Parts: sequence; structure tokens; C-alpha cells
Amino acid sequence: MELVTPSIGLVFWTALAFICLLILLRKLAWKPILGAIHDREQSIDEALNKAELAKQEMTRLTAQNQDLMQQARAERDEILKEAKTLKDGILNEAKKQAQLEGAKLIEKAKIEIENQKKAALAEVKGQVSTLSLEIAERVLRNQLDDKAKQEALVANLLKDVELN
Amino acid sequence: MDCNQVFVLKVKKVIFVFTLLIAFLSIKNDTFAQVESVVSPDSVVAESAHAVSGEDGATAHGEEKFEPTKVIMEHIADSHVWHLWGHTSIPLPVILYTSSGLEVFSSANFHHGEHDYQGKYNKYRLVTGLKQSMTKDMFNKNIKVVGADGQIDEAASDTVIDFSITKNVAAMFIAIALIVIVFSAVAAGYKKRVGKAPKGLQSFLEPVIIFVRDDIAKPNIGHKYAKFMPYLLTIFFFILFNNLLGLVPIFPGSANVTGNIALTFVMATATMLVVNLNGNKYYWKHILTPDVPWWLYPIMIPVELIGIISKPFALMVRLFANITAGHIIVLSLISLIFIFKTLAIAPVSVAFVLFMDVLELLVAFLQAFIFTLLSALFIGMAVEEHH
Repeated sequence: MELVTPSIGLVFWTALAFICLLILLRKLAWKPILGAIHDREQSIDEALNKAELAKQEMTRLTAQNQDLMQQARAERDEILKEAKTLKDGILNEAKKQAQLEGAKLIEKAKIEIENQKKAALAEVKGQVSTLSLEIAERVLRNQLDDKAKQEALVANLLKDVELN
Repeated sequence: MDCNQVFVLKVKKVIFVFTLLIAFLSIKNDTFAQVESVVSPDSVVAESAHAVSGEDGATAHGEEKFEPTKVIMEHIADSHVWHLWGHTSIPLPVILYTSSGLEVFSSANFHHGEHDYQGKYNKYRLVTGLKQSMTKDMFNKNIKVVGADGQIDEAASDTVIDFSITKNVAAMFIAIALIVIVFSAVAAGYKKRVGKAPKGLQSFLEPVIIFVRDDIAKPNIGHKYAKFMPYLLTIFFFILFNNLLGLVPIFPGSANVTGNIALTFVMATATMLVVNLNGNKYYWKHILTPDVPWWLYPIMIPVELIGIISKPFALMVRLFANITAGHIIVLSLISLIFIFKTLAIAPVSVAFVLFMDVLELLVAFLQAFIFTLLSALFIGMAVEEHH
């Protein structure tokens, strides 16, 4: 049967053509194609891995951010509280100081007033004594005739002066 | 890949083909009886025979009776001319290696076997199957040396080796050119769009390439698959393109390339060489000192050695038989129209042919896949590491 008898010519040409095709395709097609497919697959894998990593990083960062925010908030609260206490302290201090100062001033004023009063009194006393001396002199001069009267007058005058 | 599925598919297909063949044979016997009883030299018969011969590449000039077997076998076998339609055909170069030297001439010189051609060294005659009724070379168109007496000189013919570019060789070259063009374009696409998504032809063929890599090479060969990828991809696409071109009924196709035993023989030999040249020590140890009691060696070693040959032999026959059977069935169904000599049968024929063509489309892929899969499997067995 010719159908199942390979003819030598066709065997020869097939073998030649097939070997040529194999070499040609290996150089021309399979190397670049398989290489490119492999490279692309790797790059896709890498990209997916990177995306996964980025996602993890993202969640980590979000958590960190939240932490930071909370921390910041707490810190702010603390600072505010501190500031408030500080303010209160300063205010109190100032008030106290003012009061103290006021009290001191008042005290001083009081002393001054006392001093002035004393001085005035002293002066008044001096003047009174001078006046009384003058009066006495005049009285003495005018009423030296009536001794009893003179004495009574002097005593009265003196009494008045002392009362003052 | 799930081998079971493939085998079930194959079994179903074989059953189907077998049923069809039986149906066809029963019809054929009936019609032959009819044809013989009916008066034969009829202009309609002659014309239909002519039309069919035109379609199927037979040179049936002056044939008065339509013989489907001859027409079909003419198509299945190789030819020195590429018949297109009617009386139009492409002459192909004839290359003969004789003891005196090379002879190169056009097959047009034979005038479809009607004339002898006086070459440089000998006179040659194209002996067609149709002219040599019922000899052992029934399906063969052969170039023979004509002796001085005008008779064929068989002894001299035997020394002439025919390296002609026959129809199958030409069809194979066309397929190879197509493969090279297609895959160069695809490779260019990869170079142009580095790291980007495939486009056009590239995106159509990439899944197939990845299928060969991930479903054929990797599971069967293992981590050493990369070395065999060029071979596996080449046989896959070589068989696939030739199978598909064989289904095209007009010029660039129509040849029964993968249904020719010579081609499948070369492919199977290639697989055998790849397997055995890459076989590691475990593979050879398994063959030469199998794991059986020593007194079984006289049986086991020959069996293993036969196994080296029988595996590629099965590959060769499987591809050849599948593709040839497909072509025979399609042509048989077409021939029904001319056997019945009525157009009424044409819709049935066409419907069946359509169905068969779709099935053959599946077979074209399936056979390329099976050949590649089994090659990968044999390679995998040869390079497997045992621990």
C-alpha cells in the first residue's frame, strides 16, 4: 500500500523543512515571545506584590496617623489645661500681689496720715501754745486787776486747750 | 491536562466515524449495484465524473464511470502537480537523483502523464494511479524510467530517487512560510510593546502558547520544561497549521500534508530523537536493567527496547490515520452526490460535510494537542529524576 509507505523525497523535504523551521522559530519567535511572556508575568507578579505591600503600608500608615492624631489631641488638651492652670496661677498671683500692694499702700497712707496728723497736731499744739501764751499775755495784760477772774479764765482756757 | 477527557473524546469520535463509515459503505454497495445495472456511458455521468475529478485533483480525462475510491485516493496521495480546478493546475518542479547526477525539470513536461519527458540522462514517464489499474502502486503517481523499447525499466527506476517538490512538499512550505510570518509578527509585537498587554494576532496566539507551556510542557516535563519549549511549540504549530490548511478546499490548502505517513514519520522520529538524546541515566537504567528479577531480563529488555520505537510509532500512525480518515470522510460525502447522480442528495451531503468539517476543525486542534502532549509526556519520562 502506497498510502502507508513513506516516500523518500517527502521524508527528506519534511525533515529539512522541519529542522529549518525549528531553528528559525527558535531564534525568531520562541525566544523573544517566551522571554517577553516570562518577563511580563514577572512584572505583573511584582506589581501585585508591590500593590499588596503598598496596601499593608497604607493600613499601617492610617493606623499610625490615627495614633498620631489621638496623641496630638491628648497633647493639645494637656497643653490647654496647663495653660489654663498657668493663667489661673498668674491671675491669682497678680491679684494677691495687687492686694498686697494695695494693702501696703493703704498702710503707708495710713502711717503718712497718722504722721501728718501728728505733725499737724504738734503744730496746732505749738500754735495753740503760742496763741494761748499770747492770749495769756493779753489776758494777763488786760485783766491783771481781778486776780480771781484771771485765774478762772486761765483755768478755763487751759481746760479747753487740753480738750482740743 | 486531563488525559481522560481527551481519550473519551477520541473514543466517541472513533465510534462516530466508524458508524458513518459503515453507513457510507452500505450506501456505496447499493449504489454500485445500481450503477452497474444502469447503462453507463452517459454524458451526465461523464460530466459529473469530470467535475469531481476537477475538484479532487484526479486526472480523469475520458473516464466514463465515476470511481470514488480512485478520486479519494488521488487526493489522499501525493502528486507532482497541484491541481486547482478544471484543467488548471500548477506544475511543480521534479527533482530526481540518478546515479549519473541530478535532474531538475518541470512536471508540466509530462502533460498530466500523457507524454514522456527526455531528461539529461534518461527518459521519464509519469505513471499515475489511474493508468496502472489494480497494481500494487494503485494510489501512486510515480516517475519511472522508460527504456529504449518504450517500456518501463523497473530496474533503472529503482535507482532513481525522487526528491521532487510534490504537492505535499509545496503545501508544507506554504504552511512553514505562514508560520514564520505569523510568529515573526507576533514576536515583533512583543518587542514593540514590552511589558504591555498583547494586541491583535499576539493576543490571539498568546493563550495558545501559554496553553502549550502551562498545560502541556510544565505538568509533563517538570522544571526542565524551558529547554523543550521551542520543540514543543514548533511541532504544535507545525501540525496545527498543516491540519488547518488541509481543511481549506482551495489552493493554499487542500493538500493532505499531515495525513501523509512520510510527514508523520519525520515528526515521530524527531520526538524519538529528542526523547532518547535527552534521556537521563534513570531512563536508560529503567530500560536496560528494569526492576524485575534477573531471569526476566530476556523478556523485559526487548520489551523496553520495542517501547522506544512503539511510542513514536503510535504517534506517527495516530496523526496520519486521524487526518487521512477525516479527508476520506469529507470526500466520500461529497462523492455521494456523484454516486447518486442527483442534486437532491446534495443538501444531505453538504450538511454532513459541514458537520464533518467542524469536527475536523476540532480534530485539527486535538491532534496537534495530542501529538505535543504525548511528546511532552515521553520527554518528561526520559528526563524525570528519581530519588
